[in-house]
Amino acid sequence: MSVNYIPRRFTVIRDRELCINCGCCVRQCSNECHYFSDDGKTVLSQSDACVACHRCVDLCPTRALRIEKYVCDYRENANWTPQYQQEICRQAETGGVLLSGMGTPKPYPVYWDKILLNASQVTNPSIDPLREPMEIRTILGRKPEKLTVEKKGKSTVEMPPQVILETPIMFSAMSFGSISLNAQKSLAMAAKELGTLFNVGEGGLHPDLKPFTDRAVVQVASGRFGVHSDYLNNSKYVEIKIGQGAKPGIGGHLPGEKVSVEVSNARMIPEGSDAISPAPHHDIYSIEDLRQLIWAIKQATGNKKPVSVKIAAVHNIAAIVSGCARAGADIVAIDGFRGGTGAAPVRIRDNVGIPIELALASSDQRLRDEGIRSQISLVAAGSFRCSADIVKAIALGADACYCASAPLIAMGCHMCQTCNTGKCNWGIATQRPELTKRLNPEIMYKRVVNLITAWNHEIKEIMGGMGINSIDSLRGNRLMLRGIGLSEKELEILGIRHAGE
Amino acid sequence: MKRIYAIEELCLNCRLCEVYCKSAHSQSKDIIKANKYEEPAPVSRVTVYGDNFLSAALNCRHCDDPKCVKACITGAMTKDKKTGIVYVNEDKCIGCMTCLAVCPYGCIKEGKKAVKCDLCRNDDEPACVKNCPNHALIYAEPGGEEK
Amino acid sequence: MLKEGQIRIPSGCAIAAIIDRKGGLINGSEIIKSIALMHDRSNGLGGGFAAYGIYPEHKDEYAFHIFYENAQAHQNCEEFLFKHFNIDVAERIPTKTVDSISNGPDIWRYFGRVNRVRMKNSRLDESEYVVQCVTKVNAAFEGAYIFSSGKNMGCFKAVGYPEDVGEFYMLDRYDAYLWTAHGRFPTNTPGWWGGAHPFNILDWSIVHNGEISSYDTNRRYIEQFGYKCTMQTDTEVITYLFDHLIRHHGLPVNVAADVLTAPEWDEIDRMEPGHKEYFTNLRAIYSGALVNGPFSVILGSNKGLLAINDRLKLRSLTAATKGSRAYFASEESAIRIICPDPDKVWSVSGAEPVFVPLEIDEREDD
Repeated sequence: MSVNYIPRRFTVIRDRELCINCGCCVRQCSNECHYFSDDGKTVLSQSDACVACHRCVDLCPTRALRIEKYVCDYRENANWTPQYQQEICRQAETGGVLLSGMGTPKPYPVYWDKILLNASQVTNPSIDPLREPMEIRTILGRKPEKLTVEKKGKSTVEMPPQVILETPIMFSAMSFGSISLNAQKSLAMAAKELGTLFNVGEGGLHPDLKPFTDRAVVQVASGRFGVHSDYLNNSKYVEIKIGQGAKPGIGGHLPGEKVSVEVSNARMIPEGSDAISPAPHHDIYSIEDLRQLIWAIKQATGNKKPVSVKIAAVHNIAAIVSGCARAGADIVAIDGFRGGTGAAPVRIRDNVGIPIELALASSDQRLRDEGIRSQISLVAAGSFRCSADIVKAIALGADACYCASAPLIAMGCHMCQTCNTGKCNWGIATQRPELTKRLNPEIMYKRVVNLITAWNHEIKEIMGGMGINSIDSLRGNRLMLRGIGLSEKELEILGIRHAGE
Repeated sequence: MKRIYAIEELCLNCRLCEVYCKSAHSQSKDIIKANKYEEPAPVSRVTVYGDNFLSAALNCRHCDDPKCVKACITGAMTKDKKTGIVYVNEDKCIGCMTCLAVCPYGCIKEGKKAVKCDLCRNDDEPACVKNCPNHALIYAEPGGEEK
Repeated sequence: MLKEGQIRIPSGCAIAAIIDRKGGLINGSEIIKSIALMHDRSNGLGGGFAAYGIYPEHKDEYAFHIFYENAQAHQNCEEFLFKHFNIDVAERIPTKTVDSISNGPDIWRYFGRVNRVRMKNSRLDESEYVVQCVTKVNAAFEGAYIFSSGKNMGCFKAVGYPEDVGEFYMLDRYDAYLWTAHGRFPTNTPGWWGGAHPFNILDWSIVHNGEISSYDTNRRYIEQFGYKCTMQTDTEVITYLFDHLIRHHGLPVNVAADVLTAPEWDEIDRMEPGHKEYFTNLRAIYSGALVNGPFSVILGSNKGLLAINDRLKLRSLTAATKGSRAYFASEESAIRIICPDPDKVWSVSGAEPVFVPLEIDEREDD
């Protein structure tokens, strides 16, 4: 097309003084931004297709490359921002729904940044995690109301299946299809080493992951991909995926071209066919239907696996969580609207749902008001950027947190938000063999292990400062939180006081 | 002896091994000077063959019974008895390139004199292995590698 | 200034207790002497005692001790009490003028049984009925506060140093088989009598030293089961935890203590499989009832006396025995001043509860 209605987004800047024309960038960019000149010796760049994934920047041996935001001014307009104009132009060209990857980039309030943590002074000693035991072991699953004890050391309680985690951090659902097998393998290996769980998402279980099934959460989603008895039983727990924070109320569509032999085998669908996840489960049109599915899964697994229900944080979240708990879910996972995705319609991702902080706080309180909070486990998801976010989530009432974007960043993701194109230069959100081989699980699992180990240390350090030596005593301990710059209503929903109070 | 093994499933075709090899075998040991300004320009001892879909870095196998050593007319090509490393004694080499002709792997390069991998024998680990971003090159005893 | 219930006030303290396992009676002057020695551990902003076996003539009736801040509160509360209980005796608790104690409320005591008709209509068992009545008064009746509600036992507390509080209530006129005492060092100065310790519900009374860091976790756990932590104190929440575990869940006292100061995972992992499973289940079910941070707690009841220390042993607590008597105090000297040559003295270790059961039958009829 001769008219470019949309300016490019980035400019690749090559420092000629530093560039040695080795061509590494040429061979690494799947968007073909770099190329050799006709003499075959000089490397040139053209920036139109640059997504700022930094693959070339990070691999350049002389650090000769830099990505700059391309600024092309429009007449100032606080309403018709360049972004809206550009999106209109894209739609005018294609007639299609705008798609994007990863969580919403919009500047909605991040409540984690408006919550401050407490520490002990004088009246109560802080605890040194290097000196004293500092416990972060977390147990998920349905709990009986009470321990029935004959005498000390002897109990007749019948314990439903429990899942023991050595950290409150689990890896969120990412299917084979949305991410590469190598990325899944890295997470599986990391989960095994860390004593936590990874989640295979709705894409079935690839045979290569069999050695890690003891660390796997398997999902049953609306498409039912790859679901069969072996799949359900090769897991630590089974998760019914009702919704996803990034796209509540929306199904999924993996285009046929991405359904390779491997993907088709794992999903149990014909090669090259579109993989459609319907918006609802067509056997769950109400809460009583959910109860039946939970029951069916429990039957299929001989009551040996806890069943989780994952829902997107929407307006009436507290009542829905309570309903799930009463429908027999052992674990309820709430995914906030800042959560990530491999592909979502932009309008949905940026406008539907509510933040995890508010959803978690109101759901936890609702379950307590109903006296059933201690019987089930609550897992929070939807963008945890650091250990302090995790600590705040647990103090608001979560048992554990699902993290996905953070481990992906540890594996090379630069949040370029183009997962949906399948051209991920880091070998994460792609199925192209020349790209997926860039992600060596042996290297990447260690980076993920390092990340979570570091977070574990920080969580222990923060807990020690509060004078707490078991994560059990942090869970729901909202007195350890204070709001900063929040309205009365926000404080009320979060169930915390303002700093200084 | 420890040798370099290339794992083609992991090779990215980025060819950074070549860049770092050149630099390691340059006078300045500086990546920019070595690749841009040095005369004579250093030659990479390792070469990546292939494309983004299938590639592998090839370098000297340091054969147990090296043909290049046998063929060398001046005794410049040497197999170190202790380490097993096959290297060129540049003082003796006259650049006749007989070695190049006999090498079954094509691992000897032509320069003013014969140029070949010496496993960076003055360092702990060869530069190509150390700098491979995807661990597609490993430096190990035979059978010691994973794959 | 906000008082307890409106704001959470952490405080440090001194605690002491004596029990005669055989039910032999001990005069109040002894416990006063013990707690008085630890004068410097409190700051005159709260002191109190719990005494068991002091009302033998009313042993089958509930003894309510109540603070009234005004006549209206008095009238409203009595109206409620007379409706829900068959009250036999209503009287002022005898006190003596002590210089350091002033501005106190009107202090009354009542002996009575539950109104059976109302209890049956409420479909509650007796103890739940009593607890709910007490909770109702304390939460809904401004200016009235029931600070003692057990049978054949009573709490006595005030704003002041504990030895002055003992003198004020003339505790040397009472003989009990079990005494607990408390001197308070709050880090804020509300000067409210209800905020002093011990904290009591039914026959349970708690004295406590320390500031628990798990407060809100414990509060939000226990409030699921109908409790309302109106006082916002550690002592209150610990009392409710014990009450819930023992009365509602039927746990033996020492198992309830294990819930509050559960063994560490390191230790559990080393146990033989049966015990490992037992403690893993205990911790999984009762994670919200685990108490964290520095504390020493003495729980008095008509079944005996329980002393527990926090898991890391961050607070002092010494125990001693002599014949049929057992002594506990924050400092050893406070024991030796009333029992100079004990048979045995030891420091209560973290997460290892000491339970001294009463060897006479002092249970309720039902």
